[in-house]
Amino acid sequence: MLSLASVTFAYPHTPPVFEGFSWRAASGESWAVLGPSGCGKTTLLYLLAGLRTPSAGRVLVHGQTLTRPRPQTGLILQDYGLLPWATVRQNAALGLRLRRFYGPDGKHAPRQPAEVPTAGVDAWLERLGIASFADKFPAQLSGGQRQRTAIARTLALQPDLLLMDEPFSSLDAPTRENLQALTHDLCAENNLTLVVVTHTIEEAAVLGKQILLLGQAPNRSPRVIPNPGAGSPGFRERAEYAEICRELRSQMGNV
Amino acid sequence: MKRRDLFFAVIALIVAWALAALVLDKAILPTPWAVGAALVKELGRDLPLHFLFSLWRVGASTLLAVALAAPAGLAMGQLKRLDRLFMPVVYLLYPIPKIVFVPIILLMLGFGDLSKIAIIFLILFFQILVLVRDQATALRPELVQSVRSLGAGRRALFRFVYLPASLPAILTALRQSVGTAVAVLYVTELFATKWGLGYYIWYKGSTQANYAAMYAGVAAMSVLGLGLYFTVDWLERRLCRWKYVE
Repeated sequence: MLSLASVTFAYPHTPPVFEGFSWRAASGESWAVLGPSGCGKTTLLYLLAGLRTPSAGRVLVHGQTLTRPRPQTGLILQDYGLLPWATVRQNAALGLRLRRFYGPDGKHAPRQPAEVPTAGVDAWLERLGIASFADKFPAQLSGGQRQRTAIARTLALQPDLLLMDEPFSSLDAPTRENLQALTHDLCAENNLTLVVVTHTIEEAAVLGKQILLLGQAPNRSPRVIPNPGAGSPGFRERAEYAEICRELRSQMGNV
Repeated sequence: MKRRDLFFAVIALIVAWALAALVLDKAILPTPWAVGAALVKELGRDLPLHFLFSLWRVGASTLLAVALAAPAGLAMGQLKRLDRLFMPVVYLLYPIPKIVFVPIILLMLGFGDLSKIAIIFLILFFQILVLVRDQATALRPELVQSVRSLGAGRRALFRFVYLPASLPAILTALRQSVGTAVAVLYVTELFATKWGLGYYIWYKGSTQANYAAMYAGVAAMSVLGLGLYFTVDWLERRLCRWKYVE
């Protein structure tokens, strides 16, 4: 479903982050991208989201070259992704509102100002357990509730691909584990392909059934570590989990 | 500001004024009731028209300043290259008291309303520009990226991100400059016009020596300033509700 074909990408005046980098992910897979800061994790996510274009090579989604953000891709960032001046409900409805804003042809605004479709949004707020906060502003929420709002906003658009950048790293442990489990559930329920970028080994081990390791730039070839147990109940308590964490730690040391 | 507090402030000012007038006992400082009577009388004459002229000048220059400075501030806050180019210029011009440009503006734009509006505009323009620019610089790139990823283009970004993000800065700038704007309005209305509260105050005081009417004009000017201030406050509470939640 997703692939990078010999992608090269560099920011101005710096050595390339990726050089002839190829990688592919199949539909419905859960990927974690792990690496130290500055290795290009977020760049990879922005490339997959269509917010950056490679200087050479191609990013393909469903066999189509990506040139700009596609509507079926959901992107969730660590923080700051919510509009501080909009309530939880307005934030969650933003994606749908933007669709209406541009009208059916994706360019021209509809003649009549479209009603914000709140029914579907409210169902997602309900599913994510934040319906009672619908009229609060982001500043009035906890970190976990904010991330739930961001997830609701993305899922309301019925995406097939979910991209997350360090989504839970600023949260306390119980909230984080809760949301990691929720992410697995939601991906299974909605048949989503998941790519999560993280710098924590534990998060990669919990979220990624496949783990892509990135090292210091430039990255030339992917190193993939399979982690099929991720997402199964009680995974965190099993020896398998400790084993994969050990493996990732030693691999990251060799980068 | 609470309405009750404002009411008490007005009462306290009037009491202090009355005491000063009684102690001084000069024509140049009439008692509050004399001014009150003059105000009622003048309201039946052309004071309201003078008020409207002043309101039009302040209103037009405010709208013009917001319309030009807010987009410029946004652009500078978001486009680094533009910022590097123009910010030094802005910093050079910003601290200059704009009132010094009065003779130049009169020379260039003539003696009509245009030059009066231009002078007030200059003051408001820089204030709004600097505040909106700072606000736009503080806008997280993550926020813009995540809204873009939802499918927002330039127009939608403006409507859903940039506009609401700069509203508080615009309103703060307006609140800060209301006082200066009214003060400068007075100065600009001293010459080349027969309308406006500035002219009215000067004419009643200096030419007619009708001090009670002059103070009625001062009261009208203070009502004008207070009205602008309350309008900004009201707009802020309506448009920036998220700023007022605990």
